Amino acid sequence: MTSNEQRAIPYTAPRILGDQAAFWEAAKEGRFLIRRCLDCARTHWFPRSLCPFCMGETAWEQASGRGEIYTYSITRKALPQPFVIAIVTLDEGPRMMTHIVDCDPESVRIGQKVALVFKASEGDGPPLPMFKPVNISS
Amino acid sequence: MDHHAYIVGAYEHPTRKAPDKSVAQLHAESAKGALEDAGLRLEDVDGYLCAGDAPGLGPLNMIDYIGINPRFVDSTDTGGSSYLVHVAHAAQAIAAGRCDVALITLAGRPRSEGSSGLLPRNWGENLPDAPFEAPFTFVTVNAYAMAAMRHRYEFGTTLEQMAWVKVAASHHAQHNPHAMLPQVVTVQDVMESPMISDPLRRLDCCVVSDGGGALVVTRPEIAHSLKRPLVRVIGAGEAVKGPAGGYFDLTFSAGRWSGQRAFEAAGVKPADIQYASIYDSFTITVIMQLEDLGFCAKGEGGRFVSDGNLISGVGKLPCNTDGGGLCNNHPANRGGITKVIEAVRQLRGEAHPAVQVPNCQLALAHGTGGTLSGRHAGASLIMERL
Repeated sequence: MTSNEQRAIPYTAPRILGDQAAFWEAAKEGRFLIRRCLDCARTHWFPRSLCPFCMGETAWEQASGRGEIYTYSITRKALPQPFVIAIVTLDEGPRMMTHIVDCDPESVRIGQKVALVFKASEGDGPPLPMFKPVNISS
Repeated sequence: MDHHAYIVGAYEHPTRKAPDKSVAQLHAESAKGALEDAGLRLEDVDGYLCAGDAPGLGPLNMIDYIGINPRFVDSTDTGGSSYLVHVAHAAQAIAAGRCDVALITLAGRPRSEGSSGLLPRNWGENLPDAPFEAPFTFVTVNAYAMAAMRHRYEFGTTLEQMAWVKVAASHHAQHNPHAMLPQVVTVQDVMESPMISDPLRRLDCCVVSDGGGALVVTRPEIAHSLKRPLVRVIGAGEAVKGPAGGYFDLTFSAGRWSGQRAFEAAGVKPADIQYASIYDSFTITVIMQLEDLGFCAKGEGGRFVSDGNLISGVGKLPCNTDGGGLCNNHPANRGGITKVIEAVRQLRGEAHPAVQVPNCQLALAHGTGGTLSGRHAGASLIMERL
């Protein structure tokens, strides 16, 4: 495992914007929320108060934290240590940007099933939603 | 009656490193070059367009600095594709009688200022997407790398095919005395360069250069009164594509939409195009845009660019004959204006003789601005020589 390498990344705390504050409050409690439209019932990412498909009002709901890797890249030169940036398709539908952690970066593949794991950000910042492969073979 | 606008001035600043110049100075020097190229004077300019590379409030600061008094102003910013959008907007303004002579400028000093595609860029504190992207060190290179990775997964695009885009650019750059990277490279050279963000290696990435460029667009009567070859804009399209609420497909760019609009307006087909300037921030950018613009089927871009097919005199579609962003110049980290400038050179017959397309009458220029896996704009222009 190279999770120590991964954990060594100093993750910048996200800026808390008004309509997204509840997401980060829930993240501090280990809950992963997404928004669903009260009119058209579609989920979306990242969270907005008005649905990007129909402008209907939206509401928070807890997501499964399960998904599949749509694409990724091992970025080798941007930080002192390599990291795996990825886009994951959530079981609830939308795709989101994240890191794949707690695994050997070289083992990451498109189509891998992944599960949510929150990782700390710097200072007093909330934890960030990341993913680790499920069914790790070691 | 001819309703088209003409590009009568095109100038690429020769500098690639300008530690002792200011950005505003590079804008003004580029403007002077383009007006001299057109045979027009400063007082002839009554339209001005610039984007986010211009200091301060863009037109407000640059109009004062350059010394013009335009009655039409546009500062649309779609990243590196802005200047193709500006040509289209200038053409619309001219057709509507809003101005007669439009000046477009770009300049920047990212090389002197230590910019890199590996550094996070700060677009302000109110971006709604940034809290969910910036902490993951989402930078220019991995934005394009993730699109490349998916393209490889879906279509089998190989690293060697991507490398051919760079090889073609280098074959052209060897003839450009101003090119930042004039040496010819091989597929093997690209494959042996360090991996930056899988699958993009160092030689898959464009240069970081200081510089600038400017264009002058005018109405037919004025164009015909000047002494330059006649290059007119016969089709334009613009489009913006983003993550769309989380439901997106990274295998195509906004060029699919902007290209279709430009070809429809021009009434020509991709097969008619004799020369193409295709934005080459990275090798994968070219492959995807060629597909999106209809030069080949989706997924066939890798095969299309192979074996020198983009090299002038060798392949079927001469592309970026100045050496492109990959080898020549990517001023202000925004390559759109140099794409138009080289297309104008080709249509005038003023490209380097070693890369000049014989009797070039129809050319396309296409830009992608922003980040391919994130929010980006496509802008397409089709130009013909009379």
